[in-house]
Amino acid sequence: MNPNESKSLLLEARNLSASHGQLVAVREVSLQLKAGETVALVGSNGAGKTTLLRTLAGVHTAHGGSVWLQGAEVTAQPAHRRVQQGLALVPEGRRLFADMTVRENLLIAQEHRGRLRDGDAGWSIERVVQALPALAPLMNRPAGALSGGQRQAAAIARALMTNPTVLLIDEVSLGLSPRAVDDVYRHLEELRREAGTTLLLVEQDLGRAMAFADRVLCLREGRIVLSAAAAGLDRNLVTEAYFGVEHAT
Amino acid sequence: MIDALIQGTLLGGYYAVLAAGLSLMFGVMRIINLAHGDLAMVGAFLVLWMVGLGWSPWLAVLVAVPTMGVVGMMLQQWVLARTLRSGVLLPLLVTMGLGALIQNGLYGVFGSEARSLADALGELSWASWTLPGDIVVGQLPVMTLVLGVAVLAGLQGMLSWTRMGRSIRAASSDPEAAALCGVDAASVHRAAAAISVALAALAGAMLATRATIEPYAGPLLLIMAFEAVVIGGIGSLWGTLLGGILLGLAQSFGALVSPQGFQLGGHLLFLAVLGGRLWNQYRHGLGLSIWPTPRRTSTRAAAPKTLEAQP
Amino acid sequence: MNRPTHQPMVWMLVAALALAVLPFMLGANAIDKLTTLFIFMLLASTWGLLAGQAGLVSVGQQAFFGLGAYFALRLVDGGWTAYPALFAGAIGAAVVAWGLSFFVLRLKEGEFAIATWVIAEVIRIGVMLDPIVQGETGTSLIALNAVEPELRRNIGFWMALGSLTFMLAMTAWLLRSAVGTATRAIGEDDEAAASLGVRVTPTRRWVYVLASFGAALAGVAWLASAITFLPRTNFGVQWSVLMLFMALVGGLRSQWGPLVGALLLFVLQESLGHLGAWYLAGLGAVAMVFAIWLPRGLAGLWDDWRARQSTATAPPAPTAVSSSTSINTLSRSSTP
Repeated sequence: MNPNESKSLLLEARNLSASHGQLVAVREVSLQLKAGETVALVGSNGAGKTTLLRTLAGVHTAHGGSVWLQGAEVTAQPAHRRVQQGLALVPEGRRLFADMTVRENLLIAQEHRGRLRDGDAGWSIERVVQALPALAPLMNRPAGALSGGQRQAAAIARALMTNPTVLLIDEVSLGLSPRAVDDVYRHLEELRREAGTTLLLVEQDLGRAMAFADRVLCLREGRIVLSAAAAGLDRNLVTEAYFGVEHAT
Repeated sequence: MIDALIQGTLLGGYYAVLAAGLSLMFGVMRIINLAHGDLAMVGAFLVLWMVGLGWSPWLAVLVAVPTMGVVGMMLQQWVLARTLRSGVLLPLLVTMGLGALIQNGLYGVFGSEARSLADALGELSWASWTLPGDIVVGQLPVMTLVLGVAVLAGLQGMLSWTRMGRSIRAASSDPEAAALCGVDAASVHRAAAAISVALAALAGAMLATRATIEPYAGPLLLIMAFEAVVIGGIGSLWGTLLGGILLGLAQSFGALVSPQGFQLGGHLLFLAVLGGRLWNQYRHGLGLSIWPTPRRTSTRAAAPKTLEAQP
Repeated sequence: MNRPTHQPMVWMLVAALALAVLPFMLGANAIDKLTTLFIFMLLASTWGLLAGQAGLVSVGQQAFFGLGAYFALRLVDGGWTAYPALFAGAIGAAVVAWGLSFFVLRLKEGEFAIATWVIAEVIRIGVMLDPIVQGETGTSLIALNAVEPELRRNIGFWMALGSLTFMLAMTAWLLRSAVGTATRAIGEDDEAAASLGVRVTPTRRWVYVLASFGAALAGVAWLASAITFLPRTNFGVQWSVLMLFMALVGGLRSQWGPLVGALLLFVLQESLGHLGAWYLAGLGAVAMVFAIWLPRGLAGLWDDWRARQSTATAPPAPTAVSSSTSINTLSRSSTP
């Protein structure tokens, strides 16, 4: 890979490996995310998707390989530093602070984010509420009192407040009604259109993943077994990769 | 009787300050600092030493409390942070060792001579007001109660309205989620430790105004702080204030019965509340920590107080 | 697994028998010192069992140390002869421990630590209210004065030695049995253990009662040697600090680590004890150093050294027979 190419890479993993105790969850995964891209990460339960996202974000320690953000290596950096450099994760389970209001949840992210990049106005609470209007009436409600769809919106809003260049979202549609999922994807669509946010989504719903993303990665037993553009991708190919037939790209 | 009532309430303010420090450190780092009472003694001795050099007691307290805050920060950075990584056992052990070190170190430096701030405060130590009904209240105890409430109010305000306060609440609630918001856990821990030890030192100074202090008094203070938190029940600072006052009352009424009754009264109330809570949990089949939390949802440090998506 | 299991026990019994002969060979002073050493070792191993194996940090074991002695005093006051009273006193303390366990074992970690401390304090105050104890002044087991000094000293020695051997044997047996594996599993992570079907609370109760019985035996042995009973001393929290030091520095998770810690403490006390408070402060400081940098104690260092030796010469041996477990297992935090 030549140096020019690596500059336009926003997020990169090189031979990344991570484990839970003795169990290896992520095996020598390499992936590249270009600016403005949307990549969907699919795979069955236990394939390692969540661990991969958490390792990229820095909350889980890798035992091999490296993570690069905008051309700089961040492998040794703890999660909060990666956040300040533009890498945000909406974790599985959303993890909102239950005893704090939605506004306070957003404030925390705003108060701890990194410096704004030149020419970047950054996300403000007003702008985030505009992007996710469902939050407007909820700002002073404790986050513990929100419904599933509302929590999803709040969690994404909170991640946005950190001014990310790359947004990782774990299990986008988990636990949501089909309508709520529609809403979420609509918001994500606006996000990437207006703000050009780069997205890496873990999505169980293959159909949605393929419809929304530019590229699809399939993870099985910790390894990438399929990496292909979503346009024109044969669904059967993905299903086979999902369950065990490997394909080169 | 009325006298005991008043005494008990006035004691409460000072217990609440001590307990708030203990509670803060536990909330953020899940450590019960077994040396908390000993650190209060260090604060008290520090003030006494400065007064011995000729400083005014007010100035001494004003300087000693932030100094101890710095000590707390260093303690967190150099001692506690390392043990935190290994789980809950080692922080308990290291603070036990620290307590022994402090108690005996204080004894080695200051000896067993009983000291108090009473002399330095002059008239104030025994000045009193007479309320209607011929009830006499000491001015100093009232001032310490007012100070205690003010400090707690300030602390609550800090937690609710400031950036630092939000960081502390977030880190207490879910350290990992906080990291994902850009919060640096290590610096929050240091801040919490600094505040915790500063509060302990303040409580120590408050104690020195009304009683004699000695190097080995730390463990008893720790126990009382812990009892105040548990008795108060609710996870907020006002719960801690209530717990402190109830503890003070139990002790004062116990003292009416016998000299040993002072301590025994507090212990028995604590054990009764603890027993009641455990019984309640047993009946409902819960296995929660008896350390009060705002929303009755947290069990251990491994289960953060945040929301999980429905499966 | 039978040979390796029984060998250490056999060696232990042989050693105990050898030691038992000593009163006929050594002078009074040496016997006194050895008695103290055995009591230290006994206390250390009980604390190591509680904290190291079961993950229970109790700051209240001194309650049983004093309670056994107190019960003995009461029994003698009621007409019993000295030595049966001492033994019965220890049993009585163990019964109290059993009763308390229903309350105390429901608590977690730090709360458990302080609650045990409070209970110890309550017991101390309660005992001090008993007239025969005479408050701060204390009392003594006068019945022992009737026994000839040399015989009394030797019996005290044998009591301490016997209790120590008994506790070590019980601990060894316990840890090798199913209860022991369960205990260690609980010590590491009780939620995980429970999910595997380990009956957490009954297992813990076993360990708690055994450790408390051991502390009580130490207490009565102490009374048998020292004869005097001072509430502040016999119920003092400094015993917990000493136990912490011995178990931590020796090696919490090892079976013989606490014994080494006890020996070390004994040596330190003999040489530096005259420094009084500074000596105790030093103990606290050393305990801190070990907690921060050497959490597995001297036993851990020994294991590391042996592991280095064996990898240098032969293929790495399975760690099943190591005397202590690795630092990773001291961690209770769950990796995400």
